[in-house]
Amino acid sequence: MTATTQKQNPDAAMRSDVAVGHPKRTFKRYFRETGWRHLVGIAMSIFAAFPLLYVFSASLNPGGTLVTANSLFSNFSFESYVDLFNRPQQPYAAWFGNTLLIGGISSLGTVFLGALAAYAFSRMRFIGRRVGLLTLLLVQMFPQLLAVVAIFLLLSGISEIFPAIGLNSQIGLIMVYLGGALGVNTYLMYGFFNTVPSSIDEAAKIDGAGHARIFFTIILRLVAPILAVVGLLSFVGTTSEFVIASIVLIDPDKQTLAVGLYQFVSQEFSRNWSIFAAGAVLAAIPVMTLFLFLQKYIVGGLTAGSVK
Amino acid sequence: MTTPPETDPGPIRQSARAKRATRIADAASGGWKLVAVKILGLGVVDAIAIYALFVLVRSESWLVAGLVVAVTLLVNWIYFSRGKLPAKYLAPGLIFLAIFQIFVLLYSGYIAFTNYGTGHNSTKADAVNSLLLSSQNRVADSPNYRLTVLEQLGEISFLVTEPDGSVSIGGNERPLEEVQNAQLEGGVAVGLDGYTSLGFQDILGKQTEIAAISVPLTDDPNDGMLRTPDGSSAFLYTSSLEYDEAAGTMRDTNSGTVYSDIGTGAFTSDAGQELLPGWKIEVGLDNFVRAFTEDSIRGPLISVTVWTFAFAFLSVFTTFALGLFLAIVFNDKRMKSRKYYRIIMILPYAFPGFLSALVWAGMMNQEFGFINVVLLGGAEVPWLTNEWLAKGSILFVNLWLGFPYMFLVTTGALQAIPEELTEAATVDGAKPWAIFRFVKLPLLLVSVAPLLISSFAFNFNNFNLIYMLTNGGPRDVSAGVNVGATDILISMVYKVAFVGANRDYGLASAFAIIIFILVAGIAIISFRRTKSLEELN
Repeated sequence: MTATTQKQNPDAAMRSDVAVGHPKRTFKRYFRETGWRHLVGIAMSIFAAFPLLYVFSASLNPGGTLVTANSLFSNFSFESYVDLFNRPQQPYAAWFGNTLLIGGISSLGTVFLGALAAYAFSRMRFIGRRVGLLTLLLVQMFPQLLAVVAIFLLLSGISEIFPAIGLNSQIGLIMVYLGGALGVNTYLMYGFFNTVPSSIDEAAKIDGAGHARIFFTIILRLVAPILAVVGLLSFVGTTSEFVIASIVLIDPDKQTLAVGLYQFVSQEFSRNWSIFAAGAVLAAIPVMTLFLFLQKYIVGGLTAGSVK
Repeated sequence: MTTPPETDPGPIRQSARAKRATRIADAASGGWKLVAVKILGLGVVDAIAIYALFVLVRSESWLVAGLVVAVTLLVNWIYFSRGKLPAKYLAPGLIFLAIFQIFVLLYSGYIAFTNYGTGHNSTKADAVNSLLLSSQNRVADSPNYRLTVLEQLGEISFLVTEPDGSVSIGGNERPLEEVQNAQLEGGVAVGLDGYTSLGFQDILGKQTEIAAISVPLTDDPNDGMLRTPDGSSAFLYTSSLEYDEAAGTMRDTNSGTVYSDIGTGAFTSDAGQELLPGWKIEVGLDNFVRAFTEDSIRGPLISVTVWTFAFAFLSVFTTFALGLFLAIVFNDKRMKSRKYYRIIMILPYAFPGFLSALVWAGMMNQEFGFINVVLLGGAEVPWLTNEWLAKGSILFVNLWLGFPYMFLVTTGALQAIPEELTEAATVDGAKPWAIFRFVKLPLLLVSVAPLLISSFAFNFNNFNLIYMLTNGGPRDVSAGVNVGATDILISMVYKVAFVGANRDYGLASAFAIIIFILVAGIAIISFRRTKSLEELN
């Protein structure tokens, strides 16, 4: 770092001496060095933030349609947020609760199943370990999405025998999501588990700790950051999952936000835009809060190889 | 145990000892809590399995019942025996993986070889039954059967007093059986021990359910069925179709047409007319043959495949280019308030993807959207309804969605490149562009290549964006399947299988298998490619 600044320093120092008396040249230089970067920054910020401001403004415009949403921030009222919860045809509160419930349980399950498997792959040597790891890498390439027809038929077969875990059941959907738990996350966790020195396990073993105690009380605490990343990514992934949720969940009361809001928009696209906007803002709040607070961890997890 | 002789093979003795030590350690450390949790967990699993077994045996699904028994025994064996540590840790995840990822992929492979879909989703016996049911007509001079509706354990039965005074009971798919001990009232049976007679109110409440019931008069379905319009009297209905079990043919008694099973999964007349519903059969490679030879399917399939690759590639390329550009722009220590720009630019990434697509779909609406009305002053640009503009809009929205990720990732990778390299290149007289092009970019590509590949794989199946933004449209009206200009392979699978009245699971699965093969090809290439890139280092 110092090298670069040194490199530019002689040049810069000379010019700044000259520049003292000439404010115009200072601005020119400022612009060439960092000013244009701010212009890019401002342009990109507008590009990035505008749709979000647009949807927020639309949500504050009660009774608004797609047309009235175009006059930004012409109205400030939270009426649409109240209306949102008083529509028996579109049970938003139920969707919201279902999304949190399904997302929460599946991400907890995913973290747990993934951690168990990663521990086995990282700390134990057994026949089939290498093959197992390679298989997981391979399975990762084929998302469950591809088998959506088979998942639908399997669940409809199950619901003829056990309606409680078949079609139109949230437990069934969670089980399907857990099926993807190992494929996506174990490899990520496996890498992190390997960074925890195994001398820690050995020390605990000498002190008389069994494998279960080592796993639950020592290892799990040391790998907490990756557990948070995997948990969060899988939560975000499940909450916006549409394909499988839309074919499994049939009753409006059981649906998730992704399915419910999509149907809401496709049924009355431009008429109730304000209510949809309010729903979108509320739905985005939990995920965005988590994201912005855990930004650092997520960036770490992303570079380790997962995509939202 | 005396001192073992020196000749004893060392490793075996050690591992036996080590095993014993581990066992003792486990026993000493786990304590009763772990044991209790284990027993409780297994108890719950076993209880569910036994319940499942009970239901499965009752419905005579022997194969599934056998599988449940095998898996339950395996799980118990793993957790109750000593050792087998890896299995103990892997079993829970593997069971879910095996059912909901591996089995379903194989099962799609099987479905691709069947004609499963609307009109072909059941067995032949079910198809015969429902054909006979759906073509029922009331026999003109049918006698009036006096009827009492009974219920037992949620199942509805008809208690029928026949015109000759004898009393019988029957239900859906349960032919009438004579009973002796019915309670009679004025010559009409009104109740039976063990059953609840439904009153007028109850019948009103279950009107549709009761109206749908048809009780076979005898074992032979051609003899006709009893149905009731009002819950108090039943009439004889016979089907205008007649099933000849020996010949396996259906005969329309009105027109005399004979429909026979010619192996296409439906009764077909000589003139080629099909009676639907048919049943599910294995059709071999038919679905694949249709996909590759029928012009109305092959055309869309090829254009969708090309667009899927183009979309995935261009998405990765544009987001990476913009992300890299921004990373370079903001990777300058002299610049102030970079942190705030960064937070704002991450927002699109944090906003749930499906919502972004819906919001953009609103903004790009042709008549009312913000872009046309405000930014373009009332122009009616068909952003989402013109074939090429829609493709452009999709790439643009995906750029908005994806550039923050690439920005974050490339910033990290750029900062990880040691400064000494830049320094050395400068000393050698390289210009900034040359430094970037020949030093930084290759190094950067090595570290982000796996991420670019996984981003490609993600976009290859980026269903949400396509489906929420354009719904795959504008629709290609000349195509034989429900598909549009911006559909990618996975959204085509979804639409063929689940959207519209005509669902074709077989064809959809065949498409899924084609995607599977394409993805496998990409996977093989990308594994090789990343290896060769790593060797650069």
